[in-house]
Amino acid sequence: MISLVGSPEEYRAKVLGMPQVEKRITGTTLLKRGFAHMFKHGVIMDVTKPEEAQIAEDAGAVAVMVLDKLPYDVRKAGGVARTASLKAVDEILKAVTIPVMAKCRIGHTYEARILEEAGVDMIDESEVLTPADEERHIWKWEFTTPFVNGARDLGEALRRIEEGAAMIRTKGEPGTGNVAEAIKHIKVVNTEIAKIRGLYLSGDTQELIKIAREMRASYELVLETAKLGKLPVVNFAAGGIATPADAAMMMQIGCDGIFVGSGIFKSEDPAERARAIVLATTYWDDPKTVSEAQRMIDERKSMMGMDTRQIELKMQERGANL
Amino acid sequence: MTTLRIGVFGIQGDIEEHVKAVNSAMEQEKLHGETMLVKTPEAVEIVDGVIIPGGESTVIGSLSSINGTLGRLEERIVKGLPVLGTCAGAILLSREAEDRVIGRTRQKLLGVLDATVKRNAFGRQRESFEEAVSIPKLGAEPFPAVFIRAPIISSVGEQVEVLSRVKEGIVAVQQRNILATSFHPELSRDLRFHKYFLSLVLSNK
Repeated sequence: MISLVGSPEEYRAKVLGMPQVEKRITGTTLLKRGFAHMFKHGVIMDVTKPEEAQIAEDAGAVAVMVLDKLPYDVRKAGGVARTASLKAVDEILKAVTIPVMAKCRIGHTYEARILEEAGVDMIDESEVLTPADEERHIWKWEFTTPFVNGARDLGEALRRIEEGAAMIRTKGEPGTGNVAEAIKHIKVVNTEIAKIRGLYLSGDTQELIKIAREMRASYELVLETAKLGKLPVVNFAAGGIATPADAAMMMQIGCDGIFVGSGIFKSEDPAERARAIVLATTYWDDPKTVSEAQRMIDERKSMMGMDTRQIELKMQERGANL
Repeated sequence: MTTLRIGVFGIQGDIEEHVKAVNSAMEQEKLHGETMLVKTPEAVEIVDGVIIPGGESTVIGSLSSINGTLGRLEERIVKGLPVLGTCAGAILLSREAEDRVIGRTRQKLLGVLDATVKRNAFGRQRESFEEAVSIPKLGAEPFPAVFIRAPIISSVGEQVEVLSRVKEGIVAVQQRNILATSFHPELSRDLRFHKYFLSLVLSNK
């Protein structure tokens, strides 16, 4: 009952009729997009070592995301940021029972192949790492492992889905502890969807085609999004979320779930904060529970945070025009 | 006319897909009813049947026990409230859970289904699969089953009826008012499982 528009299976079904499912098949769009649906209303936490993964799992994370350095430290370290050590990935795969994701560089097909080989459950083609291909993203349809990609607007989201992304997240501005950019990105996407939904309901096909051209996305995906009134894949918030109130706010403006990067393990109260953010995400529609969650943390222990207007490296701009 | 009120456990997971599947099934069966999310003990009181979706069983279990929702649900299921648990939902219903990697888990369970489940029994996400399975109770036509990091039901008590198997073992069971599947009927276009669940709810009213 989920949308498969834009996938090779959908195309094959249209041209050749539905394939008869007689034997076991893996790596289908339904399995990839469906997997992302299982994370909804949950929190995915960035971790760099097994001890952190264990804290995340005990706190109620629905998955962990492995990277070599937390985005905040990537910013400070400079240089080229690559995918995490396979040793760390292997250890974390063994340490927790929840799904394990890992980041690879934009366009770096072979870092992704290596992560797939290692057995990670989902790959994040991420702007937090240094892009490896300035011209194109990974062609994700060829993988059995599903991918998640970041997006700042609807066109970017649909272009990533067209390349095979099974899940979308906002880019925000990673490693800043500042939620403002993530809020901006989700609002842009929501406003654009509301606009094409209106055009669809009024039957203005010509304008929808024009918008598809402007977005450099297929008309098929623009039309499906307009019909559904939401993206055809799960859409999470990411980039700068640091407190339970941040998480609840993102859920309230229509995200399906939350990624927390530096916000937890760059704070001084990671275990408590992780539990509090999970609680606020689940019960975001109940201000009483969210304030209980907010009470579990101490603002003096939150990560320092940065004003996104004053930082030099805008990670969100990486790969955005592709 | 009977009005059905179906609750979908609204803590975490693919909640909306079950809501959609139940609404479509009710429409096709010309049943009068509504769906609602269940996140509080008060909500448990007023539903005629509950669905526990797929997601992370550890998360759904611990977050629903904080405010007493899980405990209240257990009491109602024991007294006969119809329940359908898919994937993570099936794990939560069972008496005991073990993990392929770490062995027996310490997670919170409802424990109302006399069965042991093995989590992530088929492997990781790259081993997730689609397969048409035979479920005689739903008719001769095979059911398009979607297995995502799925558990397997490794042993069942005498009260439990096995509804479906794959080569590795049991993937769907019924114990009177309790239905559990390792796969996700809410993700395929086949609504027979949801219709069967609605028939249990209807006969319990």
